[in-house]
Amino acid sequence: MSTAAPTHDHGHDHEHHGPAPGLSRWIFTTNHKDIGTLYLLFSLLMFFVGGAMALVIRAELFQPGLQIVDPHFFNQMTTMHALVMIFGAVMPAFVGLANWLIPMMIGAPDMALPRMNNWSFWIMPFAFTLLLSTLFTAGGGPAGGWTLYPPLVLQTGEAFPFVILAVHMMGASSIMGAINIVATILNLRAPTMTLMKMPLFVWTWLITAFLLIAVMPVLAGAVTMLLTDKYFGTSFFNAAGGGDPVMFQHIFWFFGHPEVYIMILPAFGVVSMIIPTFARKPLFGYASMVYATASIAFLSFIVWAHHMFTVGMPLAGELFFMYATMLIAVPTGVKVFNWVSTMWRGSMTFETPMLFAIAFVVLFTIGGFSGLMLAIAPADFQYQDTYFVVAHFHYVLVPGAVFSIMAAAYYWLPKWTGHMYNEKLGQWHFWLSVIGVNVLFFPQHFLGLAGMPRRIPDYALQFTEFNMISTVGAFIFGLSQLLFAYNVIQTIRGGAKATDQVWEGAKGLEWTLSSPPPYHTFQTAPRVD
Amino acid sequence: MGMNRIVAGTAALGSGLASWSGSACAEFALNMPRGVTPVSHDVYHLHMTIFWICVVIGIGVFGVMFWSIYHHRKSRGAVAAQFHESTLIEILWTIIPMAILIVMAVPATATLVRMYDTRDAELTVKVTGYQWRWHYDYLDEGVGFFSTLSTPQAQIRNAAPKGEHYLLEVDNPLVVPVGKKVRILTTAADVIHSWWVPDLGWKKDAIPGFINETWTQIEEPGVYRGQCAELCGRDHGFMPIVVKAVPEAEFKEWLTQMKAKATPQTAQNESHPVSQPAPVSGGQAL
Repeated sequence: MSTAAPTHDHGHDHEHHGPAPGLSRWIFTTNHKDIGTLYLLFSLLMFFVGGAMALVIRAELFQPGLQIVDPHFFNQMTTMHALVMIFGAVMPAFVGLANWLIPMMIGAPDMALPRMNNWSFWIMPFAFTLLLSTLFTAGGGPAGGWTLYPPLVLQTGEAFPFVILAVHMMGASSIMGAINIVATILNLRAPTMTLMKMPLFVWTWLITAFLLIAVMPVLAGAVTMLLTDKYFGTSFFNAAGGGDPVMFQHIFWFFGHPEVYIMILPAFGVVSMIIPTFARKPLFGYASMVYATASIAFLSFIVWAHHMFTVGMPLAGELFFMYATMLIAVPTGVKVFNWVSTMWRGSMTFETPMLFAIAFVVLFTIGGFSGLMLAIAPADFQYQDTYFVVAHFHYVLVPGAVFSIMAAAYYWLPKWTGHMYNEKLGQWHFWLSVIGVNVLFFPQHFLGLAGMPRRIPDYALQFTEFNMISTVGAFIFGLSQLLFAYNVIQTIRGGAKATDQVWEGAKGLEWTLSSPPPYHTFQTAPRVD
Repeated sequence: MGMNRIVAGTAALGSGLASWSGSACAEFALNMPRGVTPVSHDVYHLHMTIFWICVVIGIGVFGVMFWSIYHHRKSRGAVAAQFHESTLIEILWTIIPMAILIVMAVPATATLVRMYDTRDAELTVKVTGYQWRWHYDYLDEGVGFFSTLSTPQAQIRNAAPKGEHYLLEVDNPLVVPVGKKVRILTTAADVIHSWWVPDLGWKKDAIPGFINETWTQIEEPGVYRGQCAELCGRDHGFMPIVVKAVPEAEFKEWLTQMKAKATPQTAQNESHPVSQPAPVSGGQAL
């Protein structure tokens, strides 16, 4: 897609619309870039909080026996690690990217609903303060797993209602963010930016936003039913009162499986922007990418019970969910083939964003393969609730979603800040991350197949070696993220001046703006050919 | 700092690998066990088939990709082509994976149907999950007992050397006859648990208020070990499962002994079989 230069002068004549001074800029801001920055920094902070919890888990698992934490605290760590990483790190990072990028990519001045945008961000710090504070209540934080399965979760102590409220707040924030994104994309596109000209990042976020709007209320319903079961005498999930604990799992995973795609579809979008830039070649199969994304989103609603193959569903149910789950491999395969074809006969260079994007394609595909294995219900009876599952979903979430976020940060940071990041440090960060993440998660496949259940603080002796290796990988991966934080902060503070186009092969409206872009993005609609 | 990390990491990795290749965990460490039941063999073969299909696809896709990364780089003077779509190729790489999936689905379906056929069992055992131990009931025999972790706390707290079957040993194992189809009913008394012995080829959730049904037929005498697989609270990691498969005659003899032991309490056990403390479990120490 080629673009005509915007017809207005970048920013300088709108200085009086610039940011408010001091702290009030960030508290009262309705500017999509400021809110995007807040989301991204919040997400980075939560990434380190959740990462610290992961390191507690891995440190305890370095050797058999109980060394560092007691089993109850261990369970709090696994539960909190998941909640913080999913709702605090990955989702806000993508919302932050959406805030920064969607108006710039579609030729809009800002998001469609700026005040709601402010609100949807500022709920998050309070939600997470509330959630994390439950670690200090009597009986500790939630320890029943992030999936909150009853009856176990109903044994949570004083933390319980606070956790439920925190989940409600995160849900409200996500729904508002999603409504804002849909409203922006459907209403604020430049007149010549037709739907099928939209950059793929915008497409994937449009579809993701619909998923969010569809499933976050389902989660809210499920956790509210837990609350009434505990405090108001209902028996939704209590067999003794005529309820069914498995019903919770059905409702939860009806939210939970689309949630998985909420965390990966924007990643597909990011990678589909980066690979063409560094291959200097247009994305292969743009239309099929859009249709594949939509197919995955549709299928995500009819596969939820593959998380529950062992609960004792009838044979027909098992078969339906097995076949439906296997089908997801088809559109996902199309995406991978398209990325590889985009690279094919390109003219590639390997700056940090491209390295992360390539690692994404390879390692996400490995996660896809183990996903296909997990789809096979009879084999899943062995894999379910083992470290094989842990390896699988960490492959799609860490070198999947998280790598795409890293790639996006390096790719657009020069545009956002006007400064080039330190490329050498970026390369170090990449190589340490890619080595660390594989040393961390690959041995977990073996552990799971050999019979190690997940969510245990201590294990039998035959699992010792792979657990040691995994822990070493965890510390390499975790500590190398400090390089990322350092590099980002240094780039914000200064550095070589970035050009407007930044990357030789970059195409799209955001690269026609100055680096950094004007405070109000496009005041007159740009033309897209 | 980074360099020290790498050195330390490499050293630990090396020592880890060295002790792995030398030690006792040979068969159980890297891959799914083949197991000791017809179903577990089916599952193992299914697992390996799909694994190899994935490996072949992976080599193909990554092979093309890395070939391209090597040859189509700007530093080698590659000039970018500008093609960006081909309907034919898109159709092909939609249809071919679909066909591969159908090839996978056929044996998967057959195995699943077989696993769901619990008819004609010769013995029925009810397994009840508790926080944090298992209770086994031989439904037609009037025999029932708790099965609790027998690893001493000192080993868990690192105050004593760990035994060979650390965390995978119990006071009273489940005893079943070799070669007989045994129906296993799972349920739970408090929260959801999951009963899993990898050598039997499956796990089944134990859900309070509901009874799940499955079966096994162990081919070789031996002791098979597993664990609770569904997070069930504080001591989820400390409720192992031990299944002892013995020849028919030995099983009969064991059953007679158990019945004799249980006789004084038979009347009570009949009326509330699972609410009684186990006669030999040594209490609820955990």
